[in-house]
Amino acid sequence: MGDDRIRSELADLAGYAFDEVPWTSPRPLSESRVAIVTTAGLRVGGQPDWNPGDQSFTVLPGDRKDLVLSHYSPNFDRTGWVVDPNVVLPIDRLDEMAAEGVIGSVADAHISFMGAQIDHTLETIRLDTGPAAARALLDDGVDVVLLTPV
Amino acid sequence: MGTLASVLEASGIATVALSLIRQQVETTRPPRALHCEFPLGRPLGRPEDPAFQRSVLDAALALLDEPEGPVLVDFPEEITDDSDAPLVCTIPPADSGDLHPAEAEARGLLPAWKRSADAYGRSTVGKVVAAEEVPGLVGLFARIADGEGWQEVGLPGDPTKAAADVRNFYEEAALSLTEVVPGARQAETWFVDHTTAGDVIQRTRVAMKEQGAGFYFWYYLLPATQHHDPEDG
Repeated sequence: MGDDRIRSELADLAGYAFDEVPWTSPRPLSESRVAIVTTAGLRVGGQPDWNPGDQSFTVLPGDRKDLVLSHYSPNFDRTGWVVDPNVVLPIDRLDEMAAEGVIGSVADAHISFMGAQIDHTLETIRLDTGPAAARALLDDGVDVVLLTPV
Repeated sequence: MGTLASVLEASGIATVALSLIRQQVETTRPPRALHCEFPLGRPLGRPEDPAFQRSVLDAALALLDEPEGPVLVDFPEEITDDSDAPLVCTIPPADSGDLHPAEAEARGLLPAWKRSADAYGRSTVGKVVAAEEVPGLVGLFARIADGEGWQEVGLPGDPTKAAADVRNFYEEAALSLTEVVPGARQAETWFVDHTTAGDVIQRTRVAMKEQGAGFYFWYYLLPATQHHDPEDG
């Protein structure tokens, strides 16, 4: 099966880990504002296609329905996304959980980076775009982030 | 993604990462991760299955109750891709006329692609060309596959993005030619192994490699797991 081969080829891929794993104690979930940060390489309609090596991020307003999956890698399934974006970006599920009171609220905007980065040290994300994304989330009052890969 | 989780966490946001490749999460050590042995591209597991997606979210957000980390937990259910069970689609008969058979095939699939685009309201076609231009693009790839230089046929952009437009066009057309939502990679294997355009992109990949194109340009023309080289038999 395709995924087994991709997984085994990527098993020994280099990655960057911090010496000490950071830790933020969360508020009660029922009071928390939740955002999604995906590495699926999403764009809002009309924006340029994503290019390999780009460590920037795109803000995804929660009410935009014209999101485009524009990741450069051909090595994963896209039909699931086309049929149901919640399989990558589960905004509808979070809205349901907020309506039930399981989570406090859903952020006004979510964020996409693109995974499968060539620079495994992710220097730009660590030092520049990652902290900038965090500031944007904090400005929206976000307490909890769910990260989704592809 | 694990590194990004740590950057956000260090900024004061509690994070939970879904994981699709366990070794990467073991390497990058995000504060909280739920490993989901699901198809790549489907981190919530199953499209159009809200109850299943919710169970994944419940399991992920439950990790926020852990007093210390890093935490790495496996979701109890696994889902495999279906690349070895390609879709069975009846391709509409096409009037090829003077066109390359692959270009004619793509023209014949345009109505099916439009039905899918209308049904789902989104498409991954359009990196380089619009869907209506995909048949002509297939014709250009056919010329490379049949021996012309890859830089000489007038491809409208990055060959890997152009090839993605062709593949995504076919996979989205296939969504209208089957009754059920396909498993992961089912449409991919149908495209590569059971369509004329898939054969054209495969032969283009081999031709570009032989013509000395840069690694990126031929390697990413198709998923790495779908490369069939002549020496493979």
